[in-house]
Amino acid sequence: MTTEHTDTTEHTDTAQKSGYKYIGKDRKRVEDPRLLVGRGGYIADLKLPGMLHAAILRSPVPHARIRSVDATEALKLPGVVAVLTGEDCKAKMNPCMNFGPATVAQYPLAVDKVRYVGEAVAAVVAESRYLAEDGVDLLEVDYEDLPPVTDPRAAMEPESALLHEEHGSNIGCERTFEFGDVNAAFAGADLVVEDTLHWGRSAGMPMETAGAVAQPGFNGVLEIYCNSLNFSYFSFLIAGALRVPSNKLTMKPVPAGGSFGSKLAAHKVPTLAGFLALRVGRPVSYVEDRIDHLVNSDHHGCDRFYEARMGFRADGTIVGLDIDVVDDYGAYMQFGVGHHGNAFSQVVGPYRFRDVRYRLRAVLTDKCQQGAYRGFGSEVHNWVLERLVDSGAARLGLAPEEIRRRNFIQPDQFPYTIPGGNVYDSGDYPAVLDKALSMIDLDRWRAEQKRLWAQEGRCIGIGLATTQERSVFSSTEFWFLVEKPVLPVTSSPESATVTIDPTGQFQLMLHCQSMWGNSPETVGATVLAEEFGIPPESVNVRYADSAHALPSTGPGGSRYTVMVAGAIRGASRKLRKKLIHIAAHTLEVAAEDLELVDARVQVKDAPETGLTLAELAGTAYFFALSLPEGMTSGLEESYTYDHPYTTLPAPDGSDFGVFYPIMGHACHIAVLEVDPDTGIPSFLDYVAVHDAGTIVNPKSLGGHVTGGATQGIGTTLYEELAYDEDGQFLSWTFRDYLIPTAGEVPPFRIGHVETPSPFTEYGVKGGGEGGRMVAPAAVSAAIDDALREYGMRVRQVPVKPSDIVAAVQAGTVRAEAG
Amino acid sequence: MTTSTAAKYGTARRTVTMHVNGRDVTREVSTRTTLADFLRDELDLVSVHLGCEHGECGCCNVLFDGHSVRSCLMLAVQGDGHAVETVESLSVDPTELHPIQESFAEEQGLQCGFCTPAMVLRTKEIIETGHEMTDAEVRHEISGILCRCTGYQNIVNAVQSAGAKLRGEAAADGAAGGRS
Ligand code: FES
Ligand code: FES
Repeated sequence: MTTEHTDTTEHTDTAQKSGYKYIGKDRKRVEDPRLLVGRGGYIADLKLPGMLHAAILRSPVPHARIRSVDATEALKLPGVVAVLTGEDCKAKMNPCMNFGPATVAQYPLAVDKVRYVGEAVAAVVAESRYLAEDGVDLLEVDYEDLPPVTDPRAAMEPESALLHEEHGSNIGCERTFEFGDVNAAFAGADLVVEDTLHWGRSAGMPMETAGAVAQPGFNGVLEIYCNSLNFSYFSFLIAGALRVPSNKLTMKPVPAGGSFGSKLAAHKVPTLAGFLALRVGRPVSYVEDRIDHLVNSDHHGCDRFYEARMGFRADGTIVGLDIDVVDDYGAYMQFGVGHHGNAFSQVVGPYRFRDVRYRLRAVLTDKCQQGAYRGFGSEVHNWVLERLVDSGAARLGLAPEEIRRRNFIQPDQFPYTIPGGNVYDSGDYPAVLDKALSMIDLDRWRAEQKRLWAQEGRCIGIGLATTQERSVFSSTEFWFLVEKPVLPVTSSPESATVTIDPTGQFQLMLHCQSMWGNSPETVGATVLAEEFGIPPESVNVRYADSAHALPSTGPGGSRYTVMVAGAIRGASRKLRKKLIHIAAHTLEVAAEDLELVDARVQVKDAPETGLTLAELAGTAYFFALSLPEGMTSGLEESYTYDHPYTTLPAPDGSDFGVFYPIMGHACHIAVLEVDPDTGIPSFLDYVAVHDAGTIVNPKSLGGHVTGGATQGIGTTLYEELAYDEDGQFLSWTFRDYLIPTAGEVPPFRIGHVETPSPFTEYGVKGGGEGGRMVAPAAVSAAIDDALREYGMRVRQVPVKPSDIVAAVQAGTVRAEAG
Repeated sequence: MTTSTAAKYGTARRTVTMHVNGRDVTREVSTRTTLADFLRDELDLVSVHLGCEHGECGCCNVLFDGHSVRSCLMLAVQGDGHAVETVESLSVDPTELHPIQESFAEEQGLQCGFCTPAMVLRTKEIIETGHEMTDAEVRHEISGILCRCTGYQNIVNAVQSAGAKLRGEAAADGAAGGRS
């Protein structure tokens, strides 16, 4: 066969090394068959009897007082059932859940004022979505324009118009964290590099938008089906907003067609659908269209302006980091500024320096609010850190790999406490770097680069970057972003329920909505298979609704694999104990002499004597008199797994405690060519090596790496949720917001390194975000390297062809003038 | 109401007959109903996913007389007299997947599954051209459908593997999607 084909994933030998039967092997995903026949069960597929549809009128202006909303014509339209506005919200509900100051309150429909283009102003509920949109067209709103607040730096000035008058300023959060002696570190440095950097707004932008169907049910219970995540953690807050007792709100899990953080908070969409359903007394479906999602998704990703400095000794040792970041937070606070907590959990990256200052000002502007996007703010920090390290290396004449090697935390230094108090559990950063270098022939590429420039004027660049990937957050991280925590929460558990039915078949119940493209069912089935020696495909996986769910936090922060593995293992251990006791009683053998092997409990030295799970299950369910004394019938156990390693923050802020200790690591090397005339980069090679601890399924993890790296490339080169100076939104469609297609991304070559975590079951670490966290730094470095003759320096992303051409022209002019 | 007002408010209706997944269906529809909504809402073919409704994401891809179209950009009435295939035409039984679907499962050419029916149908169309394609050509051919999850690598592998399988070559050398 002649087809040229890239073999992308390197084999790992976890399974062989560890002796695991299922963990560490490439296995098909259990989620896939139903998805492949088009029965994913997404929110838009849900139809309930009598269901109505909502469409939303969105603000065309960035900042204005709402004088009136006239629904007269809309209400005349046959099929339109109701029109609701912010006035109705103010009268009938409490503000939405909010992790920021109470003075920055938000409702699902704007109350009194609109604060960004696209903010929801009124909802029309009708017999069909078509009719609801007709109704929206007929609404008349009278706005009194206010000055738009668009530049976050100007927004901090006292004369700026205020978004939230009752808040008294446009600064939502201001904190300075300092660890070590930063001034002394910089005073003693041989070299200080400084940079002004901007990370532009992008977003998770899953192919499926957010949606919810709410239904007033029996006994005053409101049911909300939604594809938002985390709802077993947050549903009581949604109930509070809707003035429904928390035991009378049931959130029903619906698999999501991707999230990448964008559906994390369970916020605007389900709250709005619930509100509308309560008002009209019928089921209401609200599924965002793409415009709804682009302009007013639950949140956009980060939008940050940095003044950053890094100090070095002459030998390349990093001595300190000083960051001043202005975060353009948009109109509401929502998740507080959890992004910076994430950044702080890995503030020194993989490097050993101790002196850090981090000044943060999160500023309110007339834009959609910020929230999670794969990396959740630490990807931005990593880009800044790696930009500075590369600057230092260039000035000191060190190769990118060399400066990193000289500064890495060493394998024998773990567990390693970073400034601020977070702990990195384990790692072998030189091994990851070595592996990446071994997969790419750097010397050849560097020679090619020289040759092609000299002979053909072609611009080839090689970019190497590393990242930490903190995973498995503890909720204590939210403490330090406010002076006094409103909710000083410490727990972020995950639960699992394992049931063996009377015939010995397994059901696994997960307690949150976790199917969003990651592989929770595959992970769950694999772990259960490992514990009981059963085929993973035989496990049936279900999701509890919030009325049945045990404590769970959901995915996010690359935590799910670690946490659910811990929960399933805990539940399995309880069940195994019960099975062994039943077998001991039945066989009249001491429990210590029995073991569970391949779905059978047998005598250790005489495996021919034993009982299958099916035989034991039959006894457990139907023969109570054959059970050991005091044992009750049935085979079901649940286990709630708490964060494997959390410590409390110091009350005086001198230490944040341990809140994100499970630390992965990655190194990417991008080789690309930039056409200096068109400014268009194209990839020649791309190597990605990740260490996510013990790997459950190498192929699935590889998929997360390529997917994440593709989003990272999108962030670096294409994607932008743009606003103009007047606050007008410029990215209304996928023609404006450019998601990478198959033609724009390289065939990734993936390698794995495994340093198991000492703190988690099986040694698993999170791996969902790393790809997006490191690709922007690697691609930025490669662009700089390709255009080094022109003096290119990527200072903002996305870096667009026009930026590159402008830099080339400026560089050319400079070269000629010089 | 004038005709245009009738169309605007969905009161203008027409009868359409379409050959969908191998059988003829006749329905009376509002003239403004999109083909995508017709397939989803009238025929319950929920594999047709709407990712953007403005012709950019390709998730609503169906085969229209054998060729890919974006069903969000067409009206149901335009389908009158034509043949439409959705992923339900391959297999609706998760335990009996079509070889193309099976290749996607083997190669993990999907994560959330939202772009997947569109990608599977596009693969069918690509394979039916009979041309053996390089990875770069496959990338070009699927670039009209956005996938936010996979980074495309495993989709390319799945397309190649399905092509090889359907051409009876899979056993011969295992090169497509093979792991040497
Ligand atoms: S839904 Fe038709 S192209 Fe996006
Ligand atoms: S698998 Fe999620 S969009 Fe392609």
